[in-house]
Amino acid sequence: MKYLPLVWRNLLRRKVRTIFTLASVFIAFVLYGFLMVVQNAFSMGVDVAGVDRLVLMHKVSLIQLLPISYTQKIRTTEGVSHVGYSTWFGGTYQDKANQFAVMAIDADYFQLYPEMRVPDDQMKAWLADRPGAIVGKASADKYGWKIGDKIPIQATIWIPKQGNTWFFNVDAIYDADKGVDTTSFFFHYEYLDENRRGAYGMVGWYVLRIDDPSHAADVASRLDAQFANSSAETKTSTEKAFLQGFVNQVGNIKAIIVSILAAVLFTLFLLVLANTMAQSVRERTNELAVLKTLGFSNGLVLGLVLVESMFLALLGGGLGLAVTYFAVEGGGFNNAFLPVFIMRSRDIVIGILLCCALGIVAGALPATTAMRLRITDALRRT
Amino acid sequence: MFRWLSQTLAVAALSIRTIPQRASSSAVAMIGIAGVVIVFVAVLSIGEGFRAAMAQAGAPDRAVVMRGGADSEMTSGLPGADTDVIKQAPGLLRVGNRPVASAELYVLVDLNKRSTGTPANVPLRGIGAEALEVRNEVKIIEGRLFQFGTNEAIVGRAANRQFSGVNLGSEFMSGNLRLRIVGIFESNGSVGETEIWCDSHLIQGIYERGNSYQSVLAKLDSPAAFDTFKNWLTTNPQLNVQVLRESDFYAQQSQVMSSLIRGIGYTIAVLMGIGAVFGAILTMYTAVSSRTREIATLRALGFNTGSVLISVLAESLALAAVGGLVGGLTAYVAFNGYQTSTMNFQTFSQVAFAFAVTRSLLVQGLTYALAMGLVGGLMPAIKAARLPIATALREL
Repeated sequence: MKYLPLVWRNLLRRKVRTIFTLASVFIAFVLYGFLMVVQNAFSMGVDVAGVDRLVLMHKVSLIQLLPISYTQKIRTTEGVSHVGYSTWFGGTYQDKANQFAVMAIDADYFQLYPEMRVPDDQMKAWLADRPGAIVGKASADKYGWKIGDKIPIQATIWIPKQGNTWFFNVDAIYDADKGVDTTSFFFHYEYLDENRRGAYGMVGWYVLRIDDPSHAADVASRLDAQFANSSAETKTSTEKAFLQGFVNQVGNIKAIIVSILAAVLFTLFLLVLANTMAQSVRERTNELAVLKTLGFSNGLVLGLVLVESMFLALLGGGLGLAVTYFAVEGGGFNNAFLPVFIMRSRDIVIGILLCCALGIVAGALPATTAMRLRITDALRRT
Repeated sequence: MFRWLSQTLAVAALSIRTIPQRASSSAVAMIGIAGVVIVFVAVLSIGEGFRAAMAQAGAPDRAVVMRGGADSEMTSGLPGADTDVIKQAPGLLRVGNRPVASAELYVLVDLNKRSTGTPANVPLRGIGAEALEVRNEVKIIEGRLFQFGTNEAIVGRAANRQFSGVNLGSEFMSGNLRLRIVGIFESNGSVGETEIWCDSHLIQGIYERGNSYQSVLAKLDSPAAFDTFKNWLTTNPQLNVQVLRESDFYAQQSQVMSSLIRGIGYTIAVLMGIGAVFGAILTMYTAVSSRTREIATLRALGFNTGSVLISVLAESLALAAVGGLVGGLTAYVAFNGYQTSTMNFQTFSQVAFAFAVTRSLLVQGLTYALAMGLVGGLMPAIKAARLPIATALREL
């Protein structure tokens, strides 16, 4: 501890250099944060998927509809404790650019998703109101919707019997755990089925809760076997696998993110910091020799340089992480198709570890040079 | 004037020639800038490639007719009777008495990506007999066209390359769907090559669509005939349709993805650029301070401040130019033409495309590199020009 003033003094000796090194390291970690946020956004909630939920869809593709009559068969299947269904509605609000997920659901659907919370009185109001809707907090904030508002949604897939617009009453607003999409818009399936032209009695997909997550594969194959050779064969998977399917469809985002990150950390962090440390040690050859003459051990000299490097890494990197974190929490990001922008605590921990590791790597070579310095050689050199 | 120029050139040449003496610190700026250019060009080449695949698909003398309000072919629906009315519209190209238009269906099938083995939504298009006449750029490159009225199908070159189970001669089965692949087609590398095509009646049957379609693709008399065609259809009280020029239709369908990729790409590039500028400033400060005595000597000999300033900037720009060129070339060699596919969020279906490192991207990358060099060199250059001669000579 008593050597900290020494480290501090060394950092202040070339203020311009210290500031720009910190700035570069800072930017590297702002980018790290940004890239993690993008990756999380593209992961579409895989992290928060319920382990006890399965999704049952049409075997040929998700756009194919399933008969609502499957509900009873699914409910009585061994291992299934709750079943709900949902139908993709599409739709746009005011402008085509304003898109959020709109889904027609059964009355008990929210029981499947305890992470999405609706106040009891609002839920009661929704259950009693056929054209009622439950809207996400993020969308309600964005478009200024309040309980009691009447919302027009332009039809894209399901054309109403009259005109081209559906009207909904905002009965409830749901909020959710961090990382869960709160832009969605839900309404009663019956309202859809009564007012659309055709496809009556058909739903998009089923969501079911199972008694024991470890039996997911058994329950899934039992369900699919039940509907095999029917007119609508099914494919059941865990919610996680279902969402992962979407992520995979977009492509290998993770590989792209990791490559970019590697380029960023190498060029803006490692190279800059290593160069700064090398210069700093080179300039201080004399001083280091004097320290050694005074009895500073080799290990201590090594440590001093490494601490200096780590200090720069942690200060710059930490600030970078903090800035991105607050930018994300403050709602600095939004996009219609990627509703969830979060930085997970895991990302922050990994970020700090990366700072430490890169700080050591960047300081390693100069620190070893400093450690190996022979007093006589060093003092002779001017 | 001439004296000033020759002085400046001499000093600039000196600083550039001595770069190797400051190799390690110069490398920081150069590699930093090269890194920015690689990432910038590579990320934007994804967007560029995607956009190109979509743009290739659209021709100005073709029009897409969908139900009013539908935002893609997938969400559209047109009764068979309506498609017959649409084919009566003026402005539509006719050969003899037959309209050159194809009523089509657009659905998805799950195929596995070859690269990962994971399922992907691949578009299956049901086409009419006139479809290949409408799309005259389409060529069968292997096998033959399917026979209408059978379960034969042809597959796009990119779909064949990206997804397994749709090889020439193979039979593809999913649920009640059973397709025999008899040909492979190409269409200028456009999004159409990610699709599988079969007889529209086959899809109507298997997907229980009755006598309904999702879109009509029409060949127009000429690009100028679009307005006539559109006005007749949109004012026809029998119909509720929207009409888009095919090129506009595909531009619209690629909008979200393109702007998303561009948004992310530019954000990364700007942030990285700021970081690289800091690196460049560091490098140039080091260069200036290591040459303090040299610069002061030049000044004492009568070289003017302007030439010193420009020499530092020239060094910084030279480093940036090398970085920019290396970065651009690396991105070109490593990524140009790389084949991949992604899901278009707007249509929910796969689009195969190749990364496109275009000339304009390379120029943008190099310009950006030079801008970074200029900004990075400015402060150190001013510092060098302002160096008080007496103290500088005494230093060190």
